[in-house]
Amino acid sequence: MSFDKFGKISYLSETKVADFAKYLEKGKIMATRCNTCGKLYFPPQADCPDDLSTDMTWEKLSGKCKLLTYTTAHFAPAGFQDDVPYTIALAQCEEGVKVYALLSRNINENEICIGMDLKLTPLQFPNGRITYELKKA
Amino acid sequence: MSVAIVGVGQTPFSRNCGVSIRELCFEAFREALEDLNLTSKEIDASIICSAPEYDKQRSPAGLISEYLGLTPKPTFYAESICSSSSTGVKVGYSFIKSGLHEIVAVIGFQKMSEISSAEVQERMGRGADTQWESPFGTMMPAGYAMYARAHMQKYGTTEEQLAKIKVKSGKYALLNPLAIFRREITLEECLKARVIASPLKMYDCCANADGASCVIMASEEKARKTTDTPVWVAGIGAASDTLSTTGRSNLTGLTCAVDAAKQAYQMAHLEPKDVDVAEVHDCFTIAEIMAYENLGFCKPSEGGKLIEESQTYIGGKIPVNVDGGLLSKGHPIGATGGSQIRTIVLQLQGRAGKTQVKGAEVGLVHNIGGIGVYGNVTLLRR
Repeated sequence: MSFDKFGKISYLSETKVADFAKYLEKGKIMATRCNTCGKLYFPPQADCPDDLSTDMTWEKLSGKCKLLTYTTAHFAPAGFQDDVPYTIALAQCEEGVKVYALLSRNINENEICIGMDLKLTPLQFPNGRITYELKKA
Repeated sequence: MSVAIVGVGQTPFSRNCGVSIRELCFEAFREALEDLNLTSKEIDASIICSAPEYDKQRSPAGLISEYLGLTPKPTFYAESICSSSSTGVKVGYSFIKSGLHEIVAVIGFQKMSEISSAEVQERMGRGADTQWESPFGTMMPAGYAMYARAHMQKYGTTEEQLAKIKVKSGKYALLNPLAIFRREITLEECLKARVIASPLKMYDCCANADGASCVIMASEEKARKTTDTPVWVAGIGAASDTLSTTGRSNLTGLTCAVDAAKQAYQMAHLEPKDVDVAEVHDCFTIAEIMAYENLGFCKPSEGGKLIEESQTYIGGKIPVNVDGGLLSKGHPIGATGGSQIRTIVLQLQGRAGKTQVKGAEVGLVHNIGGIGVYGNVTLLRR
């Protein structure tokens, strides 16, 4: 399966880390780790610029993270206009990497606070497309 | 050898200019050459700056240099989105400093009305990392809104303080005949406006526009023959940060601006307190507050307080964006940096009219591309 199933709208289909989508479909959110220097990459990368290595291993993230910042969008780019308002968030995973995703619609806007515990969770759209979202821990 | 700016020009910034891109550029070029002892034939090279996703014309440099009568001299295109023309000025500086060229024209333009609003909507989403962030429906206001939220949380910055940036902008835009929005706006209007990306509301955001700018740069020798009022490039700095949000280590300031400012101050042997007037990249109100801190006009955390105390008005500690800034002038991407430089050059030449900062000797231009991806700081001196 190619990467173009990822996200509500996908802007690209070809990538060396296309297996990410395959793992995601099985309920796993994966990062990559450089076998040379040990650096963890999320979003996953096939290449490590620090030592020009391409020797990487897939590694599952626990999903445990904390909210760093967020915004509720009331205005959207093409393809997302029917979804407003939605809340875009940046969270810090316990493994040290950051994740950019939407906050689950089950979290009320007045409950949102920076520092809150969240759980990064795979999400399947009714049309079969896949993504991940941040749920209340 | 010093490098000077000898001429500056800018068209009115408007919603729909009604002319072609080459004609738009001609207007800015014509103003820049006014009163100079210089013909277009003496210009050695031109650098054409814009964000290509808004252009119908493929490779506009050839088209524009032809229309301005600059062929057969070398020309090419420079892009760093919203800071394209500052990047052009940095390249022009290097050309002259290296001795490759003596007189360089930097022309920035954007005709954002050239594409339909549906096409604009489509391009908006692609400014972020298209693989990992665009699929979540992001756009420019959301990116800056996330900085605003983090700044408010960490430093206690308020929505009123953000709105006060726009109130200042409106006051000065009223005096700028080239601005797109020329009216004063109240704090209440700003706070009641519809939300775009919380906490940013309509008046916290700048508007797309059509416009062009031009900066003519020259070697010291040529500058002295060309004009009696050259303005000298004292320091120039540029830096980058990750395009992705996940790569950012600082969520309350723009690291690329801090780095670029440090380089520019060092090169110019100047400090923040030496700056008499500044133009900062206020694409959103939060961006101006972060700029105060990142440029050293106040300590990190105190940007909100600086506007609260009206210290960035004329007569305050450091007047900022006394031409109305991007918030009221409008933001024709590729032309913005050149417009900021024009404002500072006019200030240093004592030609800024009703918004003249008395005795201004040192000016600063802070021009950012993307959501803190490309940082450019230029220090100019009388």
